[in-house]
Amino acid sequence: MIAALLRVGWLTLKRDRFALILTFVLPIVFFSVFALVFGRQGRSEIAPIPVVIVDEDGSDASSRFVEGLLREPGLRARAAEDGAAPLDRAAAEGLVRRGAVPVAIILRSGFGAGFGGSFGAFAVPPPSDDAEERGAPVAIAELLVDSADPMATPIVSGLLQKVAMTAAPDLVAERGIELFSRFGGELTMQQRAAIATMRAALRPESAGGRAAPGATAAGPFAGPVPVRTVDVLGDRKTSGMVGYFAAGTAVMFLLFSMSGAAGTLLDDEADGTLERTLATGVGLARLLGAKWVFHALVGVVQICAMFLWAALLFRLELLSRLPGFILMTLATAGAASAFGLLLAGLCRTRAQLSGLATVVILIMSAIGGSMFPRRFLPEWAQAAGNATFNAWAVDGYERIFWYDQPTWSIWPQLCVLVGLTIVFLALARLLARRWDAR
Amino acid sequence: MLAVSDARKRYGSVAALDGCSLRLETGEWLGLLGPNGAGKTTLVRAIAGRVALDSGRIELFGSQLAGDRRGDAALRRRLGIVPQELALHPTLTARENLEVFGRLHGVGRGDIPARIDWALEFTELGDRQRDLVRTFSGGMKRRLNLACGVLHRPEIILLDEPTVGVDPQSRQRIWEMLGDLRAGGASLLLTTHHLDEAQKLCERIVVIDHGRAVAEGTVAELVARTVGRHHEVVIRLEQPLPRGIAPALIRLDATAVGARIADVAEELPPLLDSLVRAGCTIVDVHLSAPTLHAAFIALTGRELRE
Repeated sequence: MIAALLRVGWLTLKRDRFALILTFVLPIVFFSVFALVFGRQGRSEIAPIPVVIVDEDGSDASSRFVEGLLREPGLRARAAEDGAAPLDRAAAEGLVRRGAVPVAIILRSGFGAGFGGSFGAFAVPPPSDDAEERGAPVAIAELLVDSADPMATPIVSGLLQKVAMTAAPDLVAERGIELFSRFGGELTMQQRAAIATMRAALRPESAGGRAAPGATAAGPFAGPVPVRTVDVLGDRKTSGMVGYFAAGTAVMFLLFSMSGAAGTLLDDEADGTLERTLATGVGLARLLGAKWVFHALVGVVQICAMFLWAALLFRLELLSRLPGFILMTLATAGAASAFGLLLAGLCRTRAQLSGLATVVILIMSAIGGSMFPRRFLPEWAQAAGNATFNAWAVDGYERIFWYDQPTWSIWPQLCVLVGLTIVFLALARLLARRWDAR
Repeated sequence: MLAVSDARKRYGSVAALDGCSLRLETGEWLGLLGPNGAGKTTLVRAIAGRVALDSGRIELFGSQLAGDRRGDAALRRRLGIVPQELALHPTLTARENLEVFGRLHGVGRGDIPARIDWALEFTELGDRQRDLVRTFSGGMKRRLNLACGVLHRPEIILLDEPTVGVDPQSRQRIWEMLGDLRAGGASLLLTTHHLDEAQKLCERIVVIDHGRAVAEGTVAELVARTVGRHHEVVIRLEQPLPRGIAPALIRLDATAVGARIADVAEELPPLLDSLVRAGCTIVDVHLSAPTLHAAFIALTGRELRE
């Protein structure tokens, strides 16, 4: 008797190709995507960090340091705006504020004089009139950072020390000798000659102009390049992160609810109400349009509820960003509703829709930034994320709530979401041809 | 009022409709009978605009449907379609379902309440009007299914198996509802598997098989044309019939004999008298008139549900 029941189960599964794919193939695909995205964190595939460099010093040391930074494989650095004039501090800060780069490196005036000579208490006199704390190493470089990317700051800071040691080791040695001379007494002529020979050999051009592989940057104190970190967006940290998580969560669950709502099409087909409705003369396009509008409105309410909750409980600054929020919410809900209809069009039954939606939405959410910021993903995953609906929606909300950008700045996100809506609706209509009179 | 001419529709190698033609006159009730797969539902769906014919014509109210969606929709709005499925929204109440389908059929917002009240009275669901449809019995759903299709006072009603799967009481109630619609002057095209339903409700029958109308007429005409006017008589005796007595009788089993007679009054009494005179004791006599069922089998060569 049990064998007969097992046979029924097996035959049913065997004949439902979609169920077979859902059972055996999609979980493996799903696992593979997650393994590829998250399984290599901390290894060699971490994406180079995009930075901009501003040289306020203009000395030989700062120029060589900039060249070293530009060559550093751990960074994707540029010192000028698209081949134009070199960047200044204001432009660099603007790029950080807009989220274009997570870090701007400012080589302050006096960088050359202070370079390599500021090991802890042995700091040379301050190169500028900044009010550094008494006794602390004088910062000759500044990092303007976007703390939305907490990994970028320590990595760039470490790489600065590495580049200092590899880009200008002769200067570092010179500063060391100067300190030794000051506190240990003058060197003999013979010693000076030997050191000059060593310095000549230390110049990067003597070593082929490349940073020595495996060179380490951090010294026991502040390193050759004392750095001051300035979090240019720090005052909005709490609200911005709440905004990010509200957006990421809202977008992911919006997709789930929209695909579930679109499943009513399949229910209507199964119980005959779709056929009956279409027989009244309501066109399929109008029917899909009505469903799209209704589901989009539900989506708008869902997102609003999420952000209102965030505003009430987590002090998200919603009112001051209302126009951008409204535009993003309308575009996001519209696209999600259309996406749900597309998924429903792809499926024949509610069970198929449920399985497909779960897998597709979780993958899209993982690489699209709904679960955590995309900047933590490998470069290929970030690029792949651009193909997802989530990435554009979350980016738009992030621009508003984290970077506090003006409403017009989200036009790329709005355009993409509206474009996706049109594409999704067109595909959904195409797939719905099976319900046309034929 | 409704005329289908030479309708053809193929699904791959299968001809669902293969030159089917029929006419429905004003006020007429027409039964569409055929075995499963004969093409009945395809024909109804084509009339309703849910199947695009490969060729052939459909005329509604004197105008030919031209494939122009807007123009055809205006004509089809005068149709009422009651599908075989219980095509109702289960999570809506009876009243809400009526409102939805009324609006979809073009009933004006102002007319809706009165039409819903009529439908609730018509279906005797007034006391359950605010209950969710998913809590209804099969018979209640069938009644509501019918009401949703006729709420807009259609001139022609396409009824696809309106009493399938309901208990005898609900079936009787649905027949009464259909009687009300007939009194209102609606024309009706009924597909059914219940021959008695077609015989009781319809003035004319079209038998469809393999996508073609193979016969049409009143029940009496169909019967006369196929199995004739003969009645069948079965006589059960106490003892087996002795040989040589009443040679026109056919031996059905050890004690039963049968015969086909054209005129009951003229032929049955002499038959019974000859048996009595031969010393036979008659236990039972069963007389059956020619039926639509017999005519159907004669026309299609198979049972209705084959």
